[in-house]
Amino acid sequence: MAHNPARPLSPHLTVWKWGPNMLVSILHRATGTVMAIGGGLIFTWWLVAAAMSPNAYDIFYTWLVQPDPMSPHADAQQAVHIIALIVGIGLSWTFFQHLASGVRHLVMDTGAGYELRTNKLGAIATIIFSLLATLAFWLWIFWGKY
Amino acid sequence: MGTGTELGRVRGLGAAHEGVHHWWLQRVTAAGNLFLMIWFVVSLARLPVIDHAAMVLWLKSPFVAVALILLVISVFWHFRLGLQVFIEDYVHEPGNKVACILILNAYVVICAALCIFSILKIAFGGVPA
Repeated sequence: MAHNPARPLSPHLTVWKWGPNMLVSILHRATGTVMAIGGGLIFTWWLVAAAMSPNAYDIFYTWLVQPDPMSPHADAQQAVHIIALIVGIGLSWTFFQHLASGVRHLVMDTGAGYELRTNKLGAIATIIFSLLATLAFWLWIFWGKY
Repeated sequence: MGTGTELGRVRGLGAAHEGVHHWWLQRVTAAGNLFLMIWFVVSLARLPVIDHAAMVLWLKSPFVAVALILLVISVFWHFRLGLQVFIEDYVHEPGNKVACILILNAYVVICAALCIFSILKIAFGGVPA
């Protein structure tokens, strides 16, 4: 049967295609879950280590933030630090994406932004915002350091 | 909302006997998170170093300590509500669902308590810089 792509598809369990609004919807849930577990554990480790002792904090600091070249584990720290940096960039992106799609949810809670075009543009805007904000944030961090 | 009894409509709890309390608190904590997390991320990024001495000095300020405690309450409450919905949507077997919700509650309460105690210990001068 000839398929005319201009015609709308009926909603069906197996007949659908990805759109920006669907992507942002599931990203909101995924980014929230990742931050709640990953971000929550790292944040708790950071505060508890700071409250315990300088040595306890140094474990957090030298493995995740700034490797210590004098440490006997310097090579391992360097490797873990690179993974931590990637995780950090990832978590900052999940934060900006969840923030943007969360604000979009608050707007939609008022009943606004459900027109097809507006809704799609809003979804695309959250993705553009999160990518630009992540880039700007890390440029700012590294600009200050080096 | 047209099919319930007069009393049911006044109570406004609906068929789940929960009303919009969960939904509403998710929004209230979202607004709290919006301001507190932007403050937190910008503040951390503005610090030249985040070694132990810098952290202890920073957390001794009453404004920083109180803002961070409010952040812990708002953020942990928000993600407890969010992960509850996540579990309710994806864990179908009732026993597993109850177990997952209990584990979630334990995770949130333990981590939030550790965070708040740690902030207070530093803020009250319990950690030498």
